[in-house]
Amino acid sequence: MSEITEVPSPFCGIGTDDLTIKVDGLKISVVENGCTVNTPAFEHEITDTKARINSKEVSLKEAILHAASLLKNTNYPVIAGCSTDVNGMRGLLALADRIGAVVDNANFNNARKNILALQDSGWMNTTLAEIKNRCDLLLIVGADLEGFAPRFFEKYLWNEAMFLENTSDRDIIYLGTKPSGNASTSPSGKAAQVFECSNENLPEVVAVLRALLKGQQIQAESVEGISITDLTTIAEKLKAAKYGVVTWAAGALNYPHAELTVQTISEMVKDVNQTTRCSGFPLGGKEGDQTANQVCGWTTGYAARVSFTKGYPEYDPFLFETNELLNNGEVDALIWVNAFNAKANPPQTNLPTIVVARSGMTFEKEPDVFIPVGTPGIDHTGHAYRLDNVVAIRLKKLRDSGLPNTSEVLNAIEQVLREESVC
Amino acid sequence: MLIKLTGGTVYDPASGVDGKQQDIYVQDGKIINKPTSEFLVDKEYDLKGKVVMSGAIDMHTHIGGGKGNIARTLLPEDHRNDPVASTHICRSGCGHAAPSTFITGYRYAEMGYTAGFEPAVLPINARQAHMEMGDIPILDKGGYVMLGSDDYLLRLLTAKKDQKAINDYVAWTMNAAKAIGVKVVNPGGINAFKFNQRKLDLDEQNSHYGVTPREILRVLATAVKEIGVSHPLHVHGCNLGVPGNMETTLDTIQGIGGLPMHLTHIQFHSYGTEGDFKFSSGAAKIAEAINKNKNITIDVGQILFGQTVTASGDNMRQHANHKFASPAKWVTMDIECDAGCGVVPFKYKDQNFVNALQWAIGLETFLLVEDPWRIFLTTDHPNGAPFTSYPHLIRLLMDRTFRNDVLSTIHPEAQKMTTLASIEREYTLQEIAIMTRAGAAKLIGLQNRGGLSAGNWADITIYTDNVDRQKMFEKPDYVFKDGELVVVDGKVVHTKWGTTHVVKPDYDKSIEKDLKTYFDKYLTMKVDNFKMSDDEITEDGRGSLTVHELKAVA
Ligand SMILES: [Zn+2]
Repeated sequence: MSEITEVPSPFCGIGTDDLTIKVDGLKISVVENGCTVNTPAFEHEITDTKARINSKEVSLKEAILHAASLLKNTNYPVIAGCSTDVNGMRGLLALADRIGAVVDNANFNNARKNILALQDSGWMNTTLAEIKNRCDLLLIVGADLEGFAPRFFEKYLWNEAMFLENTSDRDIIYLGTKPSGNASTSPSGKAAQVFECSNENLPEVVAVLRALLKGQQIQAESVEGISITDLTTIAEKLKAAKYGVVTWAAGALNYPHAELTVQTISEMVKDVNQTTRCSGFPLGGKEGDQTANQVCGWTTGYAARVSFTKGYPEYDPFLFETNELLNNGEVDALIWVNAFNAKANPPQTNLPTIVVARSGMTFEKEPDVFIPVGTPGIDHTGHAYRLDNVVAIRLKKLRDSGLPNTSEVLNAIEQVLREESVC
Repeated sequence: MLIKLTGGTVYDPASGVDGKQQDIYVQDGKIINKPTSEFLVDKEYDLKGKVVMSGAIDMHTHIGGGKGNIARTLLPEDHRNDPVASTHICRSGCGHAAPSTFITGYRYAEMGYTAGFEPAVLPINARQAHMEMGDIPILDKGGYVMLGSDDYLLRLLTAKKDQKAINDYVAWTMNAAKAIGVKVVNPGGINAFKFNQRKLDLDEQNSHYGVTPREILRVLATAVKEIGVSHPLHVHGCNLGVPGNMETTLDTIQGIGGLPMHLTHIQFHSYGTEGDFKFSSGAAKIAEAINKNKNITIDVGQILFGQTVTASGDNMRQHANHKFASPAKWVTMDIECDAGCGVVPFKYKDQNFVNALQWAIGLETFLLVEDPWRIFLTTDHPNGAPFTSYPHLIRLLMDRTFRNDVLSTIHPEAQKMTTLASIEREYTLQEIAIMTRAGAAKLIGLQNRGGLSAGNWADITIYTDNVDRQKMFEKPDYVFKDGELVVVDGKVVHTKWGTTHVVKPDYDKSIEKDLKTYFDKYLTMKVDNFKMSDDEITEDGRGSLTVHELKAVA
């Protein structure tokens, strides 16, 4: 039995790295600084250790050869999920390049809302340590921040900061969804201001807020239940703050063309920067989403929804969506990669299916090949990106499970196909 | 395996060889003397009439790190114009302004380059820089770690800590970020921008810390010298792109008091305020100062016309320039009490007066600085132009007729504001070899690279001599990397992985106590999780580290 301290987590997205974890054989317990996201993710037990072909346990080598044989004559396979560490993504992209596959990150429909706004007009964003030390006003648009990251307030807002005398004085404002708990109430008892509306109405509300910031006249007295007076107060606070931060969670903006809301927020942040400092801060990037986009970004030039079918990477944030490809009968094989979350099942399909995923998955329909792999940050070292997309955390190996890494498995499949293509 | 390169005309400034016919022997990846006992050549290349140089080294090119990946994600339309398909040897990707990592490696190699150095490694983003460079094939690589706007350093200065404390922190950071040099970008300016300061002159105080850029430059340049790092402090100065900034640059040179200092992309810092448009060339004065001050080295940061993207740590200046973004989209970031970045796409136009004069200013600088050992050929890729434009730039430097032909096509007012037409100098092959090989290796402190004498690693480029220097440098006949033939006729025929060059200066271990307290209190990562370990570069079986010796410190 051993105890490991300062363990970084790839699960919560905020790069928590102060966990203390007890390891007893293969059993893991989070003994300090756990949360409702990290603790179950770390403690998830290993149940499968053997690869399977059509439900039958086989050696790793047999599974790899069978996977390669399934892929050998495909014309348009899709590699979906894409939830793993940096080396896993490297292996995944090498395989995709070899077989001419589509690469599509499971969370891309959410990431797309941010990426479309970025690619159309850009943004001014910040990272966690700047928020911790500078943020005197946090405007949370349409997100339940503590539901997203249970320890966000405790770790980044309600403790010492370099440039704020009393961090309890920070202004916290919710616009849209109201918070699910009281984490946003400061230690001295200062509560967040909440201006509630349904998230579907945020496009109108955010547009009016931006207009007010720019000094436009608004004739209405309220918008979607929020008074113009209240929105004017928010605008004034953004202008008065020394370092305001506006945060949103693309995943919570569940309505068509939410990218326009992200764009309005981002352009509003730019407007505020004409006189004072203000930054955007998109929430997202759990379980390897940012990692997928980053590695795909430097390997292909594009975020993680890319097709290699023409021999070179093509990017289309809409056409290459896995479910669409499956529903339209466009693809002829599915490879599902998810080393983090055993509950993230592959989409249902009758196509040849290869699953390279965390041990302990239960399938409604057993895939042709299942290869359980180690989880980065538990079974092997690795790198994962934090939600702010700048900091890559160094993941630790906590136990010796004998499970292969995602990269070893995908590289081995690629190797088999490479050798066959040379012969 | 013994390789013999027979009868080529060798330009090897590192050993003083200037266009002499010489045979070169290569064994186990290195250049060796002609064996004295009997020997058998496994492979011979007849290089009669060919030009032989060592592999070129780009000492300042943005090839790894977060801002580059922001630039990539920002510009799908640029990649679509230059898709690159995979082959049985090479991976696919994209090229042009923000090329993918694999294509970066192939295209550099196809121009005869065998090493590139990322000049802006943010300590907190060092992992990303090294991971991206870890996916660049063929090339050797390395990085200069960025300091000067990090709150920890500014706190040391405000607390009046002594130079030794600064030295320890700089050395510690170089180890943590796996760096071979230290860079400062808009000294203290990135930090000042977080306090809403919009400009910071050399003697202007940071509104929170009271520290000036001049002080930051002096303590960092001293630290780099005192801990024995070969590469002098790499400086992206104050007031980038601001008309009149030549005065700041001259003042920066004077103010460093003889300490070794490298001024990067000096073209962007050589502007006067004369003429109808209040924008003029300061190149003559800057070149005069460089010729006089032997402690100063520079790279040019030449601009060339066309679409590119500017990616810089200097978010203060990038924010100020965002209105020039083309296409009209841009990103800035404040980063982790460490630094920042700004990404602004840019299209340099020959019929735009300012762009045209920038082009001329860069060339004037190249031609007026006398000592080729103290000036380096860069476009500050991709900020002035993509690195693939180097052969064109070399032709501009080596061919006066060609240069003046191009000059006669740019904005007429810019033509009137430059002395370029009257400058007769044409660079020689030996001078090109100094700027892009021997000089660069010497500046960075690379041992056994950048030369062709025995003991050097066999990074060798062979060209067919051609009066059209662009054609010549675009398409080498052969490129060897560590003795392996990687390029034939300008195309990659074989790939391998280069090494990562670092230094590991000593520091007083006791400083980690204060750093731990600082990290625990203010940062979002444990200090031990912040430091990169060697195996992060080597564990995938492709990367390796080459640790270079430090200079003896007096
Ligand atoms: Zn640069």
